[in-house]
Amino acid sequence: MSLINPGFGLIIWMTLAFGILLFVLAKFAWKPIMAALKEREDSIENALLAAEKAQQAMEELKLGNEKLIQEAQIERDTILKEARKLKDVILNEAREKSIMETKNMIQSAREQITTDKNAALAEIKNTIASYSISIAEKILREELKDKSRQMAYAEKLLKETSLN
Amino acid sequence: MAQHDLKNPVDKLEKWQEEIAQEDFKAGEMIIEHITDSYEWHIITVGHTHVSIPLPVMLYDEGEFHFFMSSELHHNNGTYQGYFISDEGFNSGKLVRKDDAGAEIRPDLDFSFTKNVLAIFFSIFLLGFIFISVANSYKKRKGKAPKGLQSLLEPIIIFVRDDIARSSIGEKRYERYTPFLLTIFFFILINNLLGIIPFFPGGANITGNIGVTGVLAAFTFIITTYSANKNYWVHIVNAPGVPWWLKIPVPLMPIVEIMGVFTKPFVLMVRLFANMSAGHIIILGFISLIFIFGEISQGLGFGVSIVSVGFSIFMDVLEILVAFIQAYVFTLLSALYFGMATEEAHHSSETINH
Repeated sequence: MSLINPGFGLIIWMTLAFGILLFVLAKFAWKPIMAALKEREDSIENALLAAEKAQQAMEELKLGNEKLIQEAQIERDTILKEARKLKDVILNEAREKSIMETKNMIQSAREQITTDKNAALAEIKNTIASYSISIAEKILREELKDKSRQMAYAEKLLKETSLN
Repeated sequence: MAQHDLKNPVDKLEKWQEEIAQEDFKAGEMIIEHITDSYEWHIITVGHTHVSIPLPVMLYDEGEFHFFMSSELHHNNGTYQGYFISDEGFNSGKLVRKDDAGAEIRPDLDFSFTKNVLAIFFSIFLLGFIFISVANSYKKRKGKAPKGLQSLLEPIIIFVRDDIARSSIGEKRYERYTPFLLTIFFFILINNLLGIIPFFPGGANITGNIGVTGVLAAFTFIITTYSANKNYWVHIVNAPGVPWWLKIPVPLMPIVEIMGVFTKPFVLMVRLFANMSAGHIIILGFISLIFIFGEISQGLGFGVSIVSVGFSIFMDVLEILVAFIQAYVFTLLSALYFGMATEEAHHSSETINH
């Protein structure tokens, strides 16, 4: 029976002691422990959130980079294409120009050659003419040294001229 | 002459038997002695020398205070200032005095600083030391991972907070009750564990004492009643979803509900007390077997001791489990009662939802 007969003194002491324990632990143990646990949980959560955010940002950055790279590639391709086109155009132009120039040069050279040739021919003709005249003069001088021959030649020339 | 001769041995035999009976090992008495409170803390008996810590006895009786150490009782053949320890009946193990008619009566008030009181103070200092040092290490290692004692206790603290308080009381109000729940959890746990240790300073059956569990249950009851909202009382007086004829004309349900208010803490008190006491009784019973058989023959005693010790170890291990379970159950039920008391009426919101 003594088992279920609580001692009055024990109840009083227990109430007192447990009350003190409750007060002391609540104030000096549970309060800082709960605060620290909460703080740590919050900081862990914040860190996780931040990590997630960073990852997201990284992904976005990666996506942006890829886009940028793609754009750059496209741009490079277009630039290359344009450059190639330009090169072809320039080359063609140069070729045409050079051909034209060559043609022009050939033409002018030809013209020059013709002019020079004509000039040379004219000079040769002149020279030959003057030589022929001087030769003819000399011949005539030789022929017409004496009077008889001069007369005979004049008559011959007259004859020939009247025949015409 | 022959008759006298015959009678004499019988007398002798009777006397001898009486002597044996007095020295006889009484398992029941021993067990009750071990699991109840006492006015001194008996540590060990070597031969006929009792080593025990005398504790102050404080009585208030018939308008007078009596203060003396419990050792005075021994020095004066068990009776001091008219008070002695009763050894039978309802008051057995407690200080009583003889009234005029010769019946044993208890003093008006008995504030004695008993073995259990000392053990309670010991465990309270232990708890205070442990948790204040843990709190300090939280302050010192702010934001860092727990270490040492802190890392041992942190999972339990988080378990009590999240799986007992938060899940039973609810996200909104659990923080108010967490300090109390943590305190009762660790108080019960440490005293359950100290109770398993068979020698000083353990061994006091605190959580197996109905007075102690009663105080713990009373704390739960007071907090429940104090924090109860209107919804809680409405539920008790006029439980919703119950047929009207259970309330009028005979208020059957209200009576049951009001009884329930008191049976809840009562059951808390009895469950912890009975569980812890039963465990101790079983272990002490196994130990007693050794001495009971040992009295028959020493060899038998040694033989039985192997079995008894084996079973005692098994029971001790079981008791460690029970120590945790009972601390958990007491705390969980307290948390559930707080949750019930503070639960808000959700009928209006339900009708809106449906």
